[in-house]
Amino acid sequence: MFAFIVRRIIQATVVMLVIGFIGFSVKHQLGDPVRDLVGISVSIEEREALRQELGLNDSFLVQYGRFLKNAMHGDLGYSFFYKRPALDVIFDKAPATIELVFAASLIILLISVPVGLYSAIYPKRFFSKFAMGVSIVGVSIPVFLTAIVLIYVFAVQLHWLPSYGRGETVDVFGWESGLLTIDGLRHLVLPSIALSSIMLPLFIRLIRSEMMEVLETEYIKYAWAKGLSRRRIWMVHAFKNTLLPVITVGGVQLGILIAFTILTETVFQWQGMGFMFLEAVERSDTALLVAYLVVVGALFVVVNTVVDIIYGLINPTVTVASR
Amino acid sequence: MALLEVKNLEVSFALRHGDLVALNDVSFTLDKRERLGVVGESGAGKSVTGFAVINLISKPGRITKGEILFDGKRLDQFSEHEMRSIRGNHISMIFQDPMMTLNPVLTVGTQMVETLRAHRKISKAEAEKIAIKKLELVHIPSPERRLSQYPHEFSGGMRQRIIIAIALLTDPAIIIADEPTTALDVTIQAEIMDLLLELCDAQDMALMLITHDLGVVAEVTERVMVMYAGKVIETAKTIDLVRNPRHPYTKGLINALPGHGECDQENRLQQIPGTMPNLTEIAPGCSFHPRCDYCQDICRSTVPELRQIGESKERWVSCHLVGKGQL
Ligand SMILES: Nc1ncnc2c1ncn2[C@@H]1O[C@H](COP(=O)(O)OP(=O)(O)OP(=O)(O)O)[C@@H](O)[C@H]1O
Ligand SMILES: [Mg+2]
Repeated sequence: MFAFIVRRIIQATVVMLVIGFIGFSVKHQLGDPVRDLVGISVSIEEREALRQELGLNDSFLVQYGRFLKNAMHGDLGYSFFYKRPALDVIFDKAPATIELVFAASLIILLISVPVGLYSAIYPKRFFSKFAMGVSIVGVSIPVFLTAIVLIYVFAVQLHWLPSYGRGETVDVFGWESGLLTIDGLRHLVLPSIALSSIMLPLFIRLIRSEMMEVLETEYIKYAWAKGLSRRRIWMVHAFKNTLLPVITVGGVQLGILIAFTILTETVFQWQGMGFMFLEAVERSDTALLVAYLVVVGALFVVVNTVVDIIYGLINPTVTVASR
Repeated sequence: MALLEVKNLEVSFALRHGDLVALNDVSFTLDKRERLGVVGESGAGKSVTGFAVINLISKPGRITKGEILFDGKRLDQFSEHEMRSIRGNHISMIFQDPMMTLNPVLTVGTQMVETLRAHRKISKAEAEKIAIKKLELVHIPSPERRLSQYPHEFSGGMRQRIIIAIALLTDPAIIIADEPTTALDVTIQAEIMDLLLELCDAQDMALMLITHDLGVVAEVTERVMVMYAGKVIETAKTIDLVRNPRHPYTKGLINALPGHGECDQENRLQQIPGTMPNLTEIAPGCSFHPRCDYCQDICRSTVPELRQIGESKERWVSCHLVGKGQL
């Protein structure tokens, strides 16, 4: 376990360094901190003096070193738009995004597992063929189209659900949560369905194909020969083995889901990191962009670590330490 | 009455381009405590026969004709639910490859306990007690500790012992072992086979031993059934069959054994020329005739029946020529 943690920390550090480097390069190329700091009236000479003072004329590596040093102290720069440290802005927005991703993952899990298993066990039934057909079509529908259709049907036409914003939120130890109020949950429905629709078809197909493969194995045939019940064979013997590859792929996909929040949040005016990211792009708020990259990178690492731990718990042939 | 009686069994696989008849008119019996060998080359239908007994033929195969009587009951007419109370309970199976047979993500204990609890109304603790006893029978050291281990923590030989222990859990009347030692290291094959035989004797179980190794069959079984292209072509007491094979195919098999028949230094492993036909392209007449040295006109046109030959009631041969002065 100890070796696992150490290895994980080293991996995470490398990943974060790479992300930091990319982030910094972006900032270095695009951003002009002087513009962020001063008005139009400041003369060119004064600007040059400020550049010198800020160390902007130092070599790339020296500046990168300084960036890293500041980052270690939790300083990822200053958002000129919000007039606050970039990291603080992100932390304010993160709960909205994390809750959205969480809700979407839950929807994916609750639908893809039963549908995937059913269509693997009964591939010839109407429902299985229907689900497969829908999921083929589903993969190719872009998320903003799904979102717009959802909004049109459930918000505009039926007036069942709100179509933008997070609704009423509750502050739980600094975490702004929309999960604890009815209004917050109602606001969550459409965005999380839209977000989950990106991955749902993929997961259904993945679970189905893995399950079908497992059902053909010798150990499943042996389980039948032992006279076990169907339920036991499907839900314990086969499902547990199906889960392993699904978890591995699922971890990566969950990370991709975070990236897709940019689109979803924009369509639904969801005040999360993704929405903020697009705004920051429009405003060339480079510090915020870099901070976003770093925080999302960190989320990625956390998610993958959790996935690896779960994998190790299910698969006895892989001790957590050896992953 | 025999413990197990299979009558005129036909098994077909519904393939896209038509039905493939994998078993054609297969009949045999297995008595209490008897040890029956089933031999034949790859694809002859040995495994399908074994699985047909517990009605567990893989899709798209199914029993299309015939009867399977176990203890006088028609297993072929049992519902899936009724069949489940037979499988792993009264009739246990041992598969070929112990590395593939156990579920990799469940402990050995779980896989033993679940088998018992599928058939007996007992607690987990009681089931574990029985499991430990059976593991002792197959000489697994410190079985209590082993219960909580996963299959990958055991060697191939150990795993096959565990699978034998699982087969013994419910004290079945029949064990069907499909090439139980083929996948194992040569050095432990004999050990596992001896263990299996010893336990069958001690526990009053009948054994249906499927193998393509006639040498093993000659050593351990009392009666043997030779299969070829989905048919039984000869069945006899093992000792009679080995000393005096009658069907030309069986003769070929026996001669191929080291130290038998025309086997000399130069021709140490005499092979039967040719290969078994694909089941979809079986020639009319006797399915063995294209490879048979004694082939005559009748063999090319008419399918031979399985007939009783000679004085032993146990000896049946499916050949036009046997016993007619020609063979
Ligand atoms: N799942 C299946 N689908 C289609 N045909 C099958 C299937 N299983 C078996 N068969 C057919 O049944 C025939 C007999 O197969 P079986 O497995 O009983 O052979 P075997 O005698 O056990 O051979 P081996 O020594 O290789 O195990 C095969 O030749 C094949 O044509
Ligand atoms: Mg076989």
